[in-house]
Amino acid sequence: MGLELIFFLVIAVAAIVSAIAMITERNPLKSVLFLILNFFCLAVVYLILHAQFIAVIQVIVYAGAIMVLFLFVVMLLNLADEVSPNEPLTYRKTIAYLLSGIVLLEILLGVGLPFAGGNIVIQHQKAIEIGTVESIGRSLYTEYLFPFEVTSILLLAAIVGVIVLAKKKFK
Amino acid sequence: MINVLSEIPLNYYLTLSAILFSIGVIGVLTRRNAIIVFMCIELMLNSVNLTLVAFSAFYGNTNGQILVFFVMAVAAAESAIGLAIIIALFRNKMTVNINEINIMKW
Repeated sequence: MGLELIFFLVIAVAAIVSAIAMITERNPLKSVLFLILNFFCLAVVYLILHAQFIAVIQVIVYAGAIMVLFLFVVMLLNLADEVSPNEPLTYRKTIAYLLSGIVLLEILLGVGLPFAGGNIVIQHQKAIEIGTVESIGRSLYTEYLFPFEVTSILLLAAIVGVIVLAKKKFK
Repeated sequence: MINVLSEIPLNYYLTLSAILFSIGVIGVLTRRNAIIVFMCIELMLNSVNLTLVAFSAFYGNTNGQILVFFVMAVAAAESAIGLAIIIALFRNKMTVNINEINIMKW
């Protein structure tokens, strides 16, 4: 087993453990911090995949901006710990676990089980070139110029919507 | 041109993504705190992003990473709006427990 594979497995286990800690933690604040840890792990996985731009954006936009917003709201609402997120199995929870198990199984069968044969091991020759800011920027400003501009309208609509929603009273 | 020889098969990335997605599904279905449910949705969005980046690297196509860029822009807008709705709900009902928020139920 090579060094790269060991590194990937360590990061993958860290990502899964932090995700599980996120959904089992009863304090919302700690939950947010575990999710930030998970996003950092994913950023490292993006770096292994030679997607530098996406890794940087992941840290800046997701871990930096979106999760700070979550942290801010959790602190603003000052929520108490949930009484018992680990209550004994109810009818609803049993169905929930069953459903998620089926989803996992279905996806795994769809992508092919991890340790089965016939894996694609070699990344494409251009893998290093396409992850750079230059390559993504060129594609974003030529081929995808129109969606890029529409995104700005979407963000403007979001800003206006947030201000309207967070106003003192609905009228 | 350098030949990128990685030891990690594509399936490993897809499996990691599938596991993270399923954890997100469990969170959405079992937790009752609206903010946690919302965070689980972010987790699911991220696992799909991982799939897109993995395919993009393995097939040498930029489009997957461009799509991830747009997903992140939409996720930013979505989380801002969603949190504003949660704050508005909290102001009216003084709770974020989704069992107690049932004014839209028939």
